[in-house]
Amino acid sequence: MRRILFLARAEVLHVVRDRATLAQVLIVPVLQLLVLSNAATFLVTNTPTYVVDFDRTSVSRGLVTRFRASGHFLVDEQSASPELANEALLRGDATMVLTIPHDFEATLVRTGSAPIQLTVNAEKGSAAGIVQSYATSIAAAYASELESSVRGASLGGSDAPPVRGVPKIDLRVRSWYNPALNYKYYMVPGILVALVTLIGTLLTAQNIAREKELGTLEQLNVTPMTRGQFIAAKLLPFWALGMLNLAIGLLVGALVFGVPMRGSLLLLFGAAAVYLVAALAIGLWISSVVDTQQQAMFVTFFVMNVYLLMSGLFTPIDSMAPWVRTVSQLNPVRHFVTISRAILMKGAGPADIAQPFLILTIFGAVTLALAIRQYSKRVA
Amino acid sequence: MSALLGLLRKEVYHILRDRRTLVVIVALPVLQVIIFGYAIRTDVDHVRLAIVDPAPDTVTLGIRARFAAAGVFEDVALVPRIEQLEDLFRRGAAQGAVVFEAGFAERLARGLPAGLLIIADATEPNTGSIVASYATAVVQGYQQEAPPSNGAIHIVPSVRMRFNPTRESSNLFVPGLMAFVLTIISSLMTAISLTREKETGTLEALLVSPLRPWQIIVGKVAPYLVVGFASVVGVILEARLVFHVPLRGSLVLLLAEGIVFILVSLSLGILISARTSSQRVAMMGALIGTMLPTMLLSGFIFPLESMPWPLRAISVIVPARWFVLVARSIMLKGVGLSYLWQPTLVLLVMALVLLTASTRAFHERLDQ
Repeated sequence: MRRILFLARAEVLHVVRDRATLAQVLIVPVLQLLVLSNAATFLVTNTPTYVVDFDRTSVSRGLVTRFRASGHFLVDEQSASPELANEALLRGDATMVLTIPHDFEATLVRTGSAPIQLTVNAEKGSAAGIVQSYATSIAAAYASELESSVRGASLGGSDAPPVRGVPKIDLRVRSWYNPALNYKYYMVPGILVALVTLIGTLLTAQNIAREKELGTLEQLNVTPMTRGQFIAAKLLPFWALGMLNLAIGLLVGALVFGVPMRGSLLLLFGAAAVYLVAALAIGLWISSVVDTQQQAMFVTFFVMNVYLLMSGLFTPIDSMAPWVRTVSQLNPVRHFVTISRAILMKGAGPADIAQPFLILTIFGAVTLALAIRQYSKRVA
Repeated sequence: MSALLGLLRKEVYHILRDRRTLVVIVALPVLQVIIFGYAIRTDVDHVRLAIVDPAPDTVTLGIRARFAAAGVFEDVALVPRIEQLEDLFRRGAAQGAVVFEAGFAERLARGLPAGLLIIADATEPNTGSIVASYATAVVQGYQQEAPPSNGAIHIVPSVRMRFNPTRESSNLFVPGLMAFVLTIISSLMTAISLTREKETGTLEALLVSPLRPWQIIVGKVAPYLVVGFASVVGVILEARLVFHVPLRGSLVLLLAEGIVFILVSLSLGILISARTSSQRVAMMGALIGTMLPTMLLSGFIFPLESMPWPLRAISVIVPARWFVLVARSIMLKGVGLSYLWQPTLVLLVMALVLLTASTRAFHERLDQ
């Protein structure tokens, strides 16, 4: 145990001594969290919209006003020329073209049903889907607004036959866990996990490779340390650093972004403790496979790239292709992202996260064993 | 000239000899396209739906049948009370729920409004709103089939998705992916290869050789230009063959713009290496200075329109932003230079400025 502590202390001194590294591991993540949380958003607002209004009646203008007032659409340009609208779409000045046909109002009054056309630039497929659902719901809301005003008018008229209200389904929609649809609440816990993982894995991956390059690894090899002790001593400081990073990041998330913390923080840190062992063991394993720091960085970068993109951090796991979903079960980042979101946003308890937690534990044990096995005291 | 060829040959050997790095360079673009094609998607499908129906009757069964027939929902649970939903949502077993009021059909028959609540897990806000809008559409569809009433008004939107009718995610990502791969290979590899010569002291040897400074730069950079160009062609091929991403515009124009962008990235790599002295710092510099902006501020993954204005302002000086715009327009919209002269001009100016600056920085070091 004392041997482990000695080597661990050496690692801590290495990190603390070098100001640049210290800044890199403590300050840069906070800055990244601040910037990334603002940048990484799939929120769809202010969709630039071009309106082609052939009708030019109070009803059609009312519809345009509803679009404008919704906050989702930015009605920049308006004309009665489909060619100009097409130009705007091609140039990229407009993302959606709303076309209101001739006799829109007249048709609506006569038959109770009239078409409008929405042409959406679907280059960004997901955003286009959201734009469509916003636009459709605005049109539906405007229709029922008109309906009630028409009904009100006809009820007021003395000679009009009383319209009996059709049995109506009172439809309500509720968004659980994130009623304000704040994208940051979703992204901050995920980005935090990504940062903690990246820093921890990069540092550990570099670590043994650097000792190899400098030749100090051979000195360690001739000491009476066992392989397990060696790996433990390398792991411990970075594990503590990761926990510290997580704590700082959570604090920033709570203070700056007001991220909800509905569940138990103790549970979160407990899961993090297991997760970090798994993540850092991957770094150590890479480190003992490669020869140079450059290789270590490239391989880590490669592995992290795959892990992070397939973790459901940026896009929901449910949307992935079925085989990817199965493969991603092998991804520790996925499980911890799931756990941290469940605890922070949904207030999940131990029973709710039991399955991903179990997988993480197994994963941690296996990777740790692999890292110890891979590190051989012999020099090739 | 033969000296330049010698340097070129040496650089090619360097690239070929380091097998692990080579594998990463070759495998990364291939794997990235696959990951982005299959994993980075935002389509909402197979929504796990829980149903709370305390007293099933004809109407609730009818609505439930419509949910089952809609195709996007998968019934995962039928529970009698709303309190039981919480547990399902927390475990992630359900993403959405439909809650019927007890005595649904009876209330409707008596002319009273019957309560129907749709709950969506909005942890991920976009999925949440899409789930809610799917469910709403199902219920509205049911209502519209009910006998028409006087004064009911419908505005029927017909939606046309231009440029990407099936809303395939891969169509969106491939152009951005080219920028990403080019940045990794051009900026990162150049920066590291130049700083490595510095670290090992072999740059001095090159400097005292009869090679002129521009020849050194060309010799160090040309192999990566070739590698970069090859990987762009590879990405386009893979995207076409595996994901059938369309290429509606001119391939020549796309490749030409690609070369301009490679020049920009290479110059950035040289600039970074001129300012740093160790591989580690160069690597970090390249990661923070080029990779992150390419990933985040180019509109590659996250839409720029939704970002706060300071980030949008910064994105103007990110070269990848302009390249992604150009590549996307050529591939999906099929437009030509008449629409794209502005971003192309920006890229050309960037290439010119950065090339000058990087040769300068290299010269300065020579003077020391």
